[in-house]
This record gives sequence, structure tokens and C-alpha cells, in this order.
Amino acid sequence: MTTTLPNPALQDPATAPMVEISGLNFYYGESHILRHVSMTVPKGQMVCLIGRNGVGKTTMLKNIMGVLRPRTGEIRFEGQVVNSFPPDRRARLGIGYVPQGREVIPRLTVRENLLIGQEALGSRGKPKKEVPDEIYELFPVLKDMLDRMGGDLSGGQQQQLAIARAIMGQPKLLVLDEPTEGIQPSIILDIEAAVKQIVKTTGISVLLVEQHLHFVRQADYYYAMQRGGIVANGPTSELTNDIIQEFLAV
Amino acid sequence: MLEGLIGGLFNGISIGAVLLIVALGLAIVFGLMGVINLAHGELMMFGAYTTFVVQNVAKSMGGIAPEIYVFAALPLAFVVSALLGLLLERTVIRYLYGRPLETLLATWGVSLILIQLIRSISWPMVIGLVIFATLFLIGRWALTRYTDWDRISQWANPIFLGLSVAIAAVVSFLVQSSGSSQFVRPWFGAQNVDVTPPSWLRGGVAIGSALQFPYARLFIIVLTILCLVAVYWFLNGTAWGLRIRSVTQNRGMSACLGIPTERVDALTFALGSGLAGIAGFAVTLLGSVGPNLGGNYIVDAFMVVVVGGVGKLVGSIVAALVIGIVTYLVGSGTIALILPPTAFFQPAIDFFNFFATTSMAKVMVFALIIAFLQVRPAGLFPPKGRSVEL
Repeated sequence: MTTTLPNPALQDPATAPMVEISGLNFYYGESHILRHVSMTVPKGQMVCLIGRNGVGKTTMLKNIMGVLRPRTGEIRFEGQVVNSFPPDRRARLGIGYVPQGREVIPRLTVRENLLIGQEALGSRGKPKKEVPDEIYELFPVLKDMLDRMGGDLSGGQQQQLAIARAIMGQPKLLVLDEPTEGIQPSIILDIEAAVKQIVKTTGISVLLVEQHLHFVRQADYYYAMQRGGIVANGPTSELTNDIIQEFLAV
Repeated sequence: MLEGLIGGLFNGISIGAVLLIVALGLAIVFGLMGVINLAHGELMMFGAYTTFVVQNVAKSMGGIAPEIYVFAALPLAFVVSALLGLLLERTVIRYLYGRPLETLLATWGVSLILIQLIRSISWPMVIGLVIFATLFLIGRWALTRYTDWDRISQWANPIFLGLSVAIAAVVSFLVQSSGSSQFVRPWFGAQNVDVTPPSWLRGGVAIGSALQFPYARLFIIVLTILCLVAVYWFLNGTAWGLRIRSVTQNRGMSACLGIPTERVDALTFALGSGLAGIAGFAVTLLGSVGPNLGGNYIVDAFMVVVVGGVGKLVGSIVAALVIGIVTYLVGSGTIALILPPTAFFQPAIDFFNFFATTSMAKVMVFALIIAFLQVRPAGLFPPKGRSVEL
């Protein structure tokens, strides 16, 4: 657990990594949840955060999104310190968040759920009146459901809707919290393919929390967490079975 | 017989329309946002007093003004109540989201303050309030700017507050004791005041020999329909409406999607309050206006929203009409007249005759509502589907 000192060269938005977190500590009351976490998501790369249940992965993502605020440490988005920004402002900067449990708005139709994703455009773009075709190419299942209530969809469909909704805001960073949790295998492959397709066509960065190994291996880089701290990191090509056994297996 | 039926239906609908226009703002504030705002009736009262003020100005202008003042009073009542609601949301309610009990107590306190404010507001009081606000707010702004406020705020805050209050009170007292009696008199006082509808709203359309549709009632029905259409359009057809529906269902996730939730909350509350103002305007056509006006309507409004099913606008519409019609049928004794006057029905006739007064009809309607809510606790139109069970 070493502290990475903020590198001045990295603070120029043109060359800065998408997200840079340094020395982050988070507490729920007096229990120390995140211990001195430092991690980086470079531009255009997919980074995966792995670890067993309860080690603080979701808490980490919530800190990045601004739902939770760290006690100490710094979160930089494109070189800008965003610690004091509320979630809606971070979303408008370009962080697209797909939370655990999906949180589709239940009494809005699928179309409205998608259109409301454009709120994240802020001043970066003009919202469209209709859902663009790219969304249906990624998630064909949504096209037939446009007028259904979001809350009436199945879990897998809601997950696809939640990712599509985040994409509608044209994020620079897509934050995915266990997108395959509790979803049938065939749809897991659909979701995986869609995320890969998104990365390929748009060149955005992805920060993924995942336990499904096949999906984990799609990432470029991994960080492994244990008891609130980063305990290992490296390119996923070096993610050996020993490491997986140590940090992921139950 | 037919005339009686149409007349009964019209009267029922017109009672329902008043209920609905009163409940419409609450359907947004309570139904959508889940805020139990007991000061809603007082927001209505402010709409009513705004109408009264506009009417007086129109009277003093003379000419055609007293005939058309309603068209100025309507938007003004909306704006005054909406601004007051906005102030209430920003200063009190936004700190209490998700805490119904505290909201209930706080807004009840606010309602008492507003009632007393209307009773006793006068020029000396306004002068005192303005002086206090100026001293306290501008003074604090200057202090935070030019001194090390964080260090001195501990003792400076209470001293500063006390000083501002004292100066404002002294000035107010001096004005009170030295001004002419015309000047220091309360603006409205505790007594009811009267709003005279323009002449074209008095009287009514006569149909047949026995039927009479008062213009004021027809005007309220039309106004209610217009408000409904406008609210539906706003909620379902505009970007802000979509934001409101999203935030009211899932505030946390909506923020993560980039929606400025605080602004949406403030706007939603202001909209509901503004509709209360319009309701206040509408009831001035029916009777006099007093400080306790809100209390007479708030219970009915909550009842309509609860019976209709919280969160459902269409439920409020149906509930208002049904309650309106039942209230009229019971209150006017129509049911007793319909029943054949045989010995067999005599106990039923006596029973309904007993309830055939306005206040007893209310007792009956309340009893029916209590029974109804035992059977359907979620109201007429509870939300359905997978999203509810999850």
C-alpha cells in the first residue's frame, strides 16, 4: 500500500488519466471501510476491480460517483479534483454509473428511462427527442419494450436498460457495478459483448466491478481488493489462477 | 325526475371540482413527492388573499377593471403561493425529506405562523420584518466577507441575531405608536373579508323551471379542467415533467443520472404550492375569505389524495368526483326521496333523512371512506405490476 504522489504532469486534462484516486479513506461511522486506496483508470482502457463480497468495491464506486464522500484522499476526474462535487455534477462531467441492483426508474417507460439518461449530457451535448439506433444495435431487446414500464422488465432486461441509459449520456467513463450479478448466462454474454462493443466504438474508459471471471478477463488492467485496501494490481494478462484463488475464490 | 338527476349530478360534480382543484396541488406535493404539507391550506389562503388584494386594487381603479380582475388575480395567486412554497421548501422542507413525522410537525407550525401573519400583518410589522431581514442578512454577509467568521461565529451569531431583532422591534414599536391609526391598522384583520365576483360570474344559466347552473360553479369546473390538462401536459410532455417523475421515484439514482435533484424538488414543490394558490382563488368565488380558510379544505384535500391512491393523478380525479357526488346525494336528501315511501323502506328513509345536512353528510362520507380504506388500503388506483412487488 504505497501512496502515489500526485504527478503534476498528470493534471493536464489532455494527458491526465480518466480517473485518478490517491490515498482515499472512507468510514461508515467509525468503521474504516476503505484504507488508503489509490488507483488509476487510464483513458480508453477497461479496468476491473475484483475482490470478495464486502471488501469495499461498491463503496469505492460510490465514492467515485459522489454518492458517498471520502474522509481523506483525492478523486480526480480528467485532472480535476471532484471531491466536493455532488453526483449530478459528476454525471454531467461524464461519469456514467450503472449501480448494483440496476435502479431502473420503475414507473417510467423504457423510452423515458433511456431519454432521461441524456440528462448527463449537461452542456456537453443537445438531448435528442428519440432513442438513437445505436442503442437498439447494442441491446435489441429494448426496442420491443419501449412502452413498457421500466419496473416491469426482468432482471436481465433491466440490466441492459441500465447500461443503455448510461450510454445515452455519452459518458467518458462508464462505471459498472456487478453487471452480471443474478443474471442468466446467455444474457451475461450479451451484456459482455455489448460492453466490449461500446469500448471499441466509442473509446471510453470503463471501470468494472465484477466476479464473473470471463468478464474480468476482458479488462486491460485489474486491481484486487481485500479488507478495504488494494492488495494487488497488474495487467489482466498476468492475472494467474493463483491470484484469482487468493482474492476471488470463496 | 330527469331534471333532479341532472341537477344532482351537476351539484355533485361542482362539489367534486372544488375538491379536485384543492387536492390537485396536494396530489403533487403529497402524492408525488411524499411530503405531508399541513401548510398547504395556508398556501391556498394566501392565494385567496391575493385575489382579495387584486380585487381591491381593481375596485379603486374603477372602469372595466372590477369586471376583469379575475384574469389578473388567477396568475398572481399562482405566483404568490408558488413563491411562498418555494421559500418554505428552501428554508424548512428540504431538510426534512424522508422524515414524515418531522415534516408534519414543522409544516403545522408554519401553518400557524402563516395564519397569525395574515391576522396581524400591518405596515409597522412589515417595516420591522424588512429592517430585521436587511440588518441580519446584509450584516452577516458583510461580516463573513470582512472578518474571520468561522472563528467568531460561535458568539457573534447569537449577538448579531439579538441585535437585529431588538432594533427591528424597537423601530416597529415606534412606528406603531406614532403612526396614524389608518397606517398602523392590520391589513386584513382576523375577520373574514369578502371578495365580490365580477357581475358576469353572478347568477347562472337557467335550464327548465327548476334547474339553475350558477356561473361561478361552471367557471370553477372549467378552471379545474384547465388546471388538470395543464398539469398532465407539464408532467408527461415536458423535460421538467420527466425529471420530476424520475426524482420523485428514485432521488438517489436520478442524481447519479445528472439530474439536479435540488432544483427539481424546489420546482415540484413550487408547482404544487402554486396550484394551491389557484384553488384559493377559486374558493373566493364561493364564499368569504378568512385566516382559517385553509383548515376548512386541508382535510378534504388529503382525503381525496388518499382515497384516489397516493401518486396517481387519475385516482385523485375519480376520488374527487365520487366524494363530491356522494356528499351531494347524502347531504341533499336525494336518496331518501328516491326510495319508495312504503313502510318497508321507512327506516332507511329516516336514516338518510337524518344525514341530510351538510355536516352530517360529511360524517357519513368520512365513515364510508374509513370503510373503503379497510377494503382497499392503497386507494382506488394502487400502483400495479412487478415494480410494486419488488
